[in-house]
Amino acid sequence: MNAVARSARLGLERSWIETKQFLRNPQEMVWTVLIVAIFLGVLWFQRNKEVEGISLGLLTLPSLLGMMVAQAGFSGTAGVISYDREDGTLLRAKAIPQGIIGYIVARTAYLLNTTVINLAAVFVPALFFIDGITGVGIGGALTIAWLFLLGLFATAPYGAIIGSLVKSSGSGFGLTFLPLAGLVAISGIFYPITAMAGWLQAVAQVFPVYWLGHGFRSVFLPDTAVAELHGSWQLGATALILTAWAIVGFLFAPRVLRRMARRESGSSMQERKEKAMNRGY
Amino acid sequence: MISTTQELAIDVTDLQMRYGDKDILTGVSFNAKQGEVLVLLGPNGAGKTTTIEILEGFRMRSAGEVRVLGTDPARGDELWRARLGVVLQSWRDHAKWGVFELLNHLGKYYEPYSTPTHKRPFDAQHLLELVGLQPQAKQQIQSLSGGQRRRLDVAIGLIGNPEVLFLDEPTVGFDPKSRRDFHDVIHRLTDLEGTTILLTTHDLSEAEKLADRIVVLAGGKIVANGSADQLAKEVSSQAEVRWVQDDQKHVHSSSNATAYVRKLLEQHPKGISDLEVRRASLEDTYMKIVMQHELPSDKTSSKEKKGNEL
Repeated sequence: MNAVARSARLGLERSWIETKQFLRNPQEMVWTVLIVAIFLGVLWFQRNKEVEGISLGLLTLPSLLGMMVAQAGFSGTAGVISYDREDGTLLRAKAIPQGIIGYIVARTAYLLNTTVINLAAVFVPALFFIDGITGVGIGGALTIAWLFLLGLFATAPYGAIIGSLVKSSGSGFGLTFLPLAGLVAISGIFYPITAMAGWLQAVAQVFPVYWLGHGFRSVFLPDTAVAELHGSWQLGATALILTAWAIVGFLFAPRVLRRMARRESGSSMQERKEKAMNRGY
Repeated sequence: MISTTQELAIDVTDLQMRYGDKDILTGVSFNAKQGEVLVLLGPNGAGKTTTIEILEGFRMRSAGEVRVLGTDPARGDELWRARLGVVLQSWRDHAKWGVFELLNHLGKYYEPYSTPTHKRPFDAQHLLELVGLQPQAKQQIQSLSGGQRRRLDVAIGLIGNPEVLFLDEPTVGFDPKSRRDFHDVIHRLTDLEGTTILLTTHDLSEAEKLADRIVVLAGGKIVANGSADQLAKEVSSQAEVRWVQDDQKHVHSSSNATAYVRKLLEQHPKGISDLEVRRASLEDTYMKIVMQHELPSDKTSSKEKKGNEL
């Protein structure tokens, strides 16, 4: 086996080890459970509320899944990369032969694993108190698969760029959290977008968050597309816009990543270490 | 494989580094033979880390020739990378991994580069014994003490059975016991298959203990190069003779201490006691060399001031 294929396989091995660590780590779990609990709480209070003849909780559940994909791709990636730069994981990968390939494969696979786990953690319990989720056939399952992957591809490159540019892991979180929260607010995740002002609807439709919510709703909701902007499911437009974001992202992200990785050295890490020690985390 | 540079594991000629209008390195030249332990010694801010990072291929240089294992680090490929060991100044990466788990995992990256004459990687279990971390093999990395963590870093640097090992300030923040354990590890390493070691430190006694040869870096250039003894001789050929005569202490500096003592004893067959001949210690030498070459460094002093304010 050649060295590149081998390090890709080692990347998978690493992602598996780290996914197990994620599941066993109490701190990580407390955080995950807390967020899942908040989402489930929102759904619980929305379960009996109706908008345009449909349960609000029923609208929100698939929207939430879409949002979580965008959140994992964008904020998650930014956080992981800035953190790996700060603590030396990335430099460690650079110091071993074909280590960067292993690193990229490991991080991608880890992102997929943990996002699936997080989505399931919200979706499965919600099924017990949200009525009306339709069963998905093979077609629905395929749609979920491409929405999930394309959603991550459309968001992760931008997270990677921010994670490569920020000076500390804390600012990696801050810089992604605010824009994402803003987009979530206008993208019809927690309340139908039809209630928004027209120009906000237009802005929302430029970004992946709206389309991910829309795509997931199309899979889980009854055939009639109530409370949607165009009165029907727009899966073609969803695929197109997410693909466009992915293509632009993949044009720029590798360049920024390479530039960042090339500059990564012991002394720049040492500086960040001192800063991190000063601020106490 | 027959080229002359092959015998030199590290060969640096007129290396220069400049950030903006600030010169960090101004024409640094030195080399290391295969199997040699070379210590790069110098005060903080002398350019040690910059030098070692250029050799590791982590930093571009402004000018000069650099060869590590016959290859320019700026163009080193993965095969070249596989022949190096880098001990990073790491601190908390892979905190949740097990000690053996991480070492074993990283070792697997070196398997494609193994040859019948040079086996890669080392056995992880064996390496943990070498650095004295066998009892901690199953612990999480975040539970290690600072000294143990550093020894794990060394083990990771060694896992690929490197021909050249780089260690940047390996013992910063160690207590005396960890420091001595660490020195033992380095001594054991030098017995291994002729690994060339380049180590930076600002600790003089450490350099003296470990080095086959010491290269002193001050103010961006090499100001001395040789074994500890050679350095001492280079700076000062004088030795100090001390003795007590009639309850009176005497001190005399001489370039030929032996002849002086002989004469002294001939002249005073009785009454001389506590005779002592002392060559300049490496510390005297080092201070003298650094004092001569240190540029007035406002930068470090302003940094220190800032630290105090915080």
